[in-house]
Amino acid sequence: MSQLIYPLRGGVHPPENKQQSLQSPLRRLAIPRELVFPLAQHIGAPAKAVVEIGDRVLAGQMIAEPNGPFSAAIHASTSGTVSAIEARPIPHASGLWGDCIVVAADGKDESIDFEGCENPFGLDHEALIEKIRHAGIAGMGGAGFPSAVKLNPPPNSNIDTLIINGTECEPYITADDVLMQERSEDIIRGCTLLAHILNSPDRILIGVEDNKPKAIAALEQSLLKLAAEDLPGIDRVQVVSFPTKYPSGGEKQLIQILTGKEVPSGGLPAHIGIVVQNVGTTVAIWEAIKHGKPLIERITTVVGESLKEQGNAIVKLGSPSQFVLEQFGFQEKSCARLIAGGPMMGFSLPDSRAPIVKTSNCLLVPSHQEMPDPAPAQACIRCGHCAQACPAGLLPQQLYWYAQAKEHDRLLAHNLMDCIECGACSFVCPSSIPLVQYYRASKGEIRQAEIEKEKSDRSRQRFEFRQKRIERAEAEKEAKRLARKKAAEAAKAKAAANAGTAKTAPAADPVAAAMARVQAQQSDPAEQLAKLERAVNNARNRLNSAEEKWQQAEGDQKAKLESRFKQAQLRLQDAESKLHDFKQQSAGENPATSNPATTNPASAKPTAPLNIDSDDPIERAKAKAQQRLSMSPLEKAENNLSSLNDRLKKAQEKAGEADDDKRAAMEAAVEKLKQKKAALEKEIDELKAQAPLKENTATAESPIDPDSIEDPIERAKAKAMQRLNMSPAEKLQNSLQALQTRLAKAEEKAATADEDKRPAMQAAVEKLQEKIKTVEQEIAEFKAQQEPAKPAESTNESSGVPLDAASAAIEKAKAKAAAQAQMSDSEKHAAQIESLQQRIQKAQQRLDKAIEEGNDNVDAFRLGLEKLQAKLKELESE
Amino acid sequence: MSFLRASSPHAHAANNTANVMQTVLLATLPGLLALTVFFGPGSIINILLALVFCLAGEALVLRLRKRPLGFYLRDYSAAVTAVLLGLALPPYCPWWVVLVASVSAIVIAKQLYGGMGYNPFNPAMVGYVVVLISFPLQMSQWPSPAPLLESLPSISASLSQVFTGQGLDAYTSATALDIVKQNNSQLISQVYADSDLIRSGSLAGAGWEWVNLGFLMGGLYLLYKKVFTWHAPVAMLASLSLFALLGYDSGSSQSGGSLSLHLFSGATMLGAFFIITDPVSSAVSNKGRLIFGAAVGALVYLIRVLGNYPDAVAFAVLLMNFAAPFIDYYTVPRSYGHAKPRKATEKQEP
Repeated sequence: MSQLIYPLRGGVHPPENKQQSLQSPLRRLAIPRELVFPLAQHIGAPAKAVVEIGDRVLAGQMIAEPNGPFSAAIHASTSGTVSAIEARPIPHASGLWGDCIVVAADGKDESIDFEGCENPFGLDHEALIEKIRHAGIAGMGGAGFPSAVKLNPPPNSNIDTLIINGTECEPYITADDVLMQERSEDIIRGCTLLAHILNSPDRILIGVEDNKPKAIAALEQSLLKLAAEDLPGIDRVQVVSFPTKYPSGGEKQLIQILTGKEVPSGGLPAHIGIVVQNVGTTVAIWEAIKHGKPLIERITTVVGESLKEQGNAIVKLGSPSQFVLEQFGFQEKSCARLIAGGPMMGFSLPDSRAPIVKTSNCLLVPSHQEMPDPAPAQACIRCGHCAQACPAGLLPQQLYWYAQAKEHDRLLAHNLMDCIECGACSFVCPSSIPLVQYYRASKGEIRQAEIEKEKSDRSRQRFEFRQKRIERAEAEKEAKRLARKKAAEAAKAKAAANAGTAKTAPAADPVAAAMARVQAQQSDPAEQLAKLERAVNNARNRLNSAEEKWQQAEGDQKAKLESRFKQAQLRLQDAESKLHDFKQQSAGENPATSNPATTNPASAKPTAPLNIDSDDPIERAKAKAQQRLSMSPLEKAENNLSSLNDRLKKAQEKAGEADDDKRAAMEAAVEKLKQKKAALEKEIDELKAQAPLKENTATAESPIDPDSIEDPIERAKAKAMQRLNMSPAEKLQNSLQALQTRLAKAEEKAATADEDKRPAMQAAVEKLQEKIKTVEQEIAEFKAQQEPAKPAESTNESSGVPLDAASAAIEKAKAKAAAQAQMSDSEKHAAQIESLQQRIQKAQQRLDKAIEEGNDNVDAFRLGLEKLQAKLKELESE
Repeated sequence: MSFLRASSPHAHAANNTANVMQTVLLATLPGLLALTVFFGPGSIINILLALVFCLAGEALVLRLRKRPLGFYLRDYSAAVTAVLLGLALPPYCPWWVVLVASVSAIVIAKQLYGGMGYNPFNPAMVGYVVVLISFPLQMSQWPSPAPLLESLPSISASLSQVFTGQGLDAYTSATALDIVKQNNSQLISQVYADSDLIRSGSLAGAGWEWVNLGFLMGGLYLLYKKVFTWHAPVAMLASLSLFALLGYDSGSSQSGGSLSLHLFSGATMLGAFFIITDPVSSAVSNKGRLIFGAAVGALVYLIRVLGNYPDAVAFAVLLMNFAAPFIDYYTVPRSYGHAKPRKATEKQEP
């Protein structure tokens, strides 16, 4: 029964050049001093080293384990010591270096005991696959596909054909040819075992090109011989020879030749029920299972005219190429290039230190005459020789065209991805265009573009989601805002209804506006908190980077950077203190909901462990300055106040001790300090007034009577706190009182003072009196503002509500209030009654006039009049 | 030591573009020989003139484009264009006709489109059509073949004719295609019997049949050398034959002429093996070349019989050059592992 042969599309007939390496017999190479085992010798994840530097290893010992299912183990090929695990040149098309385990051989070549297996056919599928995996076997034809994966096809695929690939269509290479001649029996045994693993497919085909008659003969002889033995499935084994044509040894092409089927684009042979294994792999699997010997050596063809002798050798995996070539009399100078693999698909190695690995079937070192440098590429004349040669049925000339133009759509439509990179097109191209190189580059570009597209799709999605999220948040915010506005309007309407009068000139009401602003600011404390925290973080980052730079810098730069660093430090402290203040405030406002940690000042100022008590005065000053900088203005002011108090005390002491001459000056200094103190106090007051605090916290916050506190600073603070919690009017009243007491004191002092000092004292008294006046005025103004409705009524004469009239009324009211402030209570009362009566009169007149004229505002006027009358009654009853 | 880094394949076949072009030049020899034997040295003069003008034009433009002269001139592509042009032009046509044709072919049709490999139209045919339309008188004067003459023109007389327009007397006669085209009411057999030219030949008129046989021989040689595939020539000849058979109309007065007349007269064989096989301007896939060739064959017949010009290869080829990219889009071959061929314009679904 002879197997039908199907034609291969395309293909070329390059000079075979197989005789050179078949002249000398197969030899075994010596052990090099150093062996290099790349962790990535196969397709898939690189193996994981299981030895360490200094470990002694034996031949056959696993030195790297498979990293995941799609990986293969690596074994030491001789005994020695692991000398390094590092990046070394590896045989890879990229020419890049890769991680390798380096073993310094000891020359003893001691081996571990291999555990053989009497009857491999008695083992089940899983056990056999595990053994193959453990032996680190990967496709030895060139691709290095882990064999255990290939022999474990998807469960739904029904494997009916096992193909053993002994084609070896690449010129020059004879490693498989020699193997088939030398180990034909093991190949037959191995393929029956593979059939056993694959659940006994119907056909086992050993495909060999007809340019290897010796190999074919050896295989057929062994087949006959072994048929006598009881080898399961041997009756289904066939040796098939077919005409020599490159690239019939490609997996897809061999399948087409032997079965007439095509592997679907993007699919696996297993999808059409076929598994292909290389003859070398078959022998390695047989050895691994029958004798327990892992993959530690292989037959490699060493060929090329820059060698003194050419031939095949059994090489220990890990042997450097340089070492192998030297064994064959390598003349480096005459070498045109060093090629790992054959002349059609092999890749050039830039470095001869790259070791022999599982896939190294050939080292080709041609002379310059044998393989001249590539000719310069000419223009493509679209002769179509490449299309005739292409075994994949592509149009290489069109692919070239589109590859140059980077038209990825067109390339994909022309099935670029089905290109097997066999090189037949480049081989025949009369214009010497490196077509395959263009296709490789384009494939890379397309893959890269796909990755990038995926990436951009992801980020676009992310962006869209973010947009939606923001929109949603905005909508929610807007809804809340509207609800608040509605509520506010409702409240206003209610208030207006209650008041019964039309509100006028809201612009003329700065207090209300300010209150509203503060309210608005306070409306979202979380937001404010977040803002402050962000500021702190930013400042901290800046500080860190500044510090880093500072530490790295030298010379002038360093000084500059130091100042910058310090600045950053200060800014951080400032930000932290702001945050701290805010947290305290919010804690004060809302102690129930605030985070307890935020009220802890220690945690709020974690980076300011300032040593104010330090001995070094500069340090101390710095620390103090930093501390000060880190304070809020209010704290600062308070601080200033306390220090002023100190200074004042000291100054007074000094003044007491001083001579008469100096005393005047001292006294003046004391006065000045006092003035300063007063100014500061005022500042503190203002600051506190600014601090947005609700009145209801006042009692909760300061249950202590400030006057009962001994320490003047504490007292000042307490007072300040107290003041902070007062309404502005109260505050003003307070400061008025304080001023009055001070005035009294000052007058006393002035009376008792010496002649010299008296003028100064007098001046101080005068100043205090002035101050009192201004405070009183302020109080009056404030009060006037508090009752804006009243003066506003007087502007009701015209419906236009002129602003000037309103402000004029306010001025008037202020003046009145100022006058009132000077009066005693009963006087005030009387004055109020008087003014009310006047207003009632006016209102009455206005109303009468309006009734006469039929004015629209009659009702409003009447309402106002009634109100005024009610007030008058109230006052009179008091 | 660091070795040369080169992309695979490292081996390369011994062929190159210059070899291909030289093979083509070699294959024109039988046809040129027949032309010279039957029409005198006129074609050789044409070819020599065209070579001079074409190579000079190519060199000039390469110079202007700052390209290396030697590298491009040595690819023989300009020489091939010159020879094809010389073969296509009527022998003893004035030298300036050759000049205009050469400049149109090389400078305009080839170099202005980007040089070798980038020309959408066959340069030789562009040159030919330019002078055919521009100088109809000069282009319609084909000499009589040797059997109808007492003696072939001498070289000196020929040169004088080419350069001065004088030297040969009454050397022209109608071609076989002219004769059939000018037929008004006679049966084809009568036309053939009346014409000395056709009567003295066995297939399609004295001389002409041998010229075509010469080009057929050259073409078969190129096929044997695998310079091109059989698809385009075979498709062209097949479709021309089909149309000739359909239009023969039993040799009536309305007949388009016999099959042998169409296959072996005019520029049929030159076109089939040397013009439409120009790879640059034709379709790329085998299927595409079948379509391309068949369409050229059909157009040749239609223009010959229905158009104003007696021969039509140049027009048919140029028209199909237009269509070649379009044909390419829809004739992408089925690739390995694919159930169906795809269209070039197909977009990959993500």
